[in-house]
Amino acid sequence: MHEVSLATALIDLVHEQATAARARRVTRLVLEIGTLSHVDAHALRFAVDVAALGGPAEGATLEILEPEGTAYCLDCETSVTISTRGASCPRCGGVKLLVQGGDEMRLKEMEVV
Amino acid sequence: MCSTCGCGQGEKRVEDLHHHHAHADGNHGHGDTHDHVHDHAQQHEHVHTHADGTTHSHPHEHDHGHDHTHSHEPAPGEPRLLSVERDILARNDAIAAENRHDLQAAKTLALNLVSSPGSGKTALLVETLKRIGDTYPVAVIEGDQETTADADRIRATGAPAIQINTGKGCHLDADLVRTGMSRLGTPANGVLFIENVGNLVCPAGFDLGEAHKVVIVSVTEGEDKPLKYSGMFAASALMVVTKTDLLPHLDFDVDRLIANARRINPTIGVLKLSAKTGEGMDRWLHWLETARALRLATD
Repeated sequence: MHEVSLATALIDLVHEQATAARARRVTRLVLEIGTLSHVDAHALRFAVDVAALGGPAEGATLEILEPEGTAYCLDCETSVTISTRGASCPRCGGVKLLVQGGDEMRLKEMEVV
Repeated sequence: MCSTCGCGQGEKRVEDLHHHHAHADGNHGHGDTHDHVHDHAQQHEHVHTHADGTTHSHPHEHDHGHDHTHSHEPAPGEPRLLSVERDILARNDAIAAENRHDLQAAKTLALNLVSSPGSGKTALLVETLKRIGDTYPVAVIEGDQETTADADRIRATGAPAIQINTGKGCHLDADLVRTGMSRLGTPANGVLFIENVGNLVCPAGFDLGEAHKVVIVSVTEGEDKPLKYSGMFAASALMVVTKTDLLPHLDFDVDRLIANARRINPTIGVLKLSAKTGEGMDRWLHWLETARALRLATD
């Protein structure tokens, strides 16, 4: 995943929200980056810091929540938790899993002053 | 810089179809929004006077006519928590939705072709366009970091094409494609092929408004590509295995590649072909025709 594009899109979204809320400064961002989303949290932190420079979100604390991956196993017909795509079903060992969650990339909330 | 592939936010260009050479300076097709947050003095303080006009019958009537001042906004410097709950790529997705709407209205089937560099995407496209001929309308949006070489190869077949150079960027986004569509025009009742930048990572996350992503893998790559770049295989409806004419010379296990792809995406379709010898091309043309028929048949 392209962390710079993502960071730029995030900061655009943050600015839009900050303007709408008539905030002067953004002090904290809470993101939801699913474990199956192919975003490297470390790289994203760096990219967000850079993208925020010179704007109201400069220096904001970045909190990243990493929801776990969930999938439906077509073999044992159960919803299970997985840590990577392509993982076997932890319940029956099956390999036909449909990912259901854990690939989100969301701005959940932000703290402004 | 993108830590995954080393790319950055470079100069983006959408080819100007009136001048086939690429301008080094102009035609910025990118739609980067530069949002500025303006500092307004935000203390809208209202002074409310509670005129208490209630009449009470008991003798001790207190007049509650005192004035008090209160602010509807937290005091300056007091932090507020805003619940946003929006996808980070919401803006890209919104433009992709507009593209999808326009494509649907024109009954155009749009395919987003994704692969590693050198998988034979352009060769497959050239051979495909030759075979389609004038059976139905086609157009091609070519994404590459630099050069108009690929669009030139496509135009040599007689099909309309436009080159988008992403500069240092490693993928097409919905806004670049929208600019490309507006300059090139969408082939009504036909097929729009969007050849993405050769990269199996970043393009997976960027919806362009296409009907399907088609991932192309050549037999000179590894069988474990689906496991290494799972996001792309998870997002694709079809995997096309190219250069099958080379199989006799290689230790490549096609069945293992397919098993790995289905491990990531149990519902992915698979086609094997060689654009060079023509083996399997009929099935691919048939798949295109069927997908196009479905597009024509539905709103």
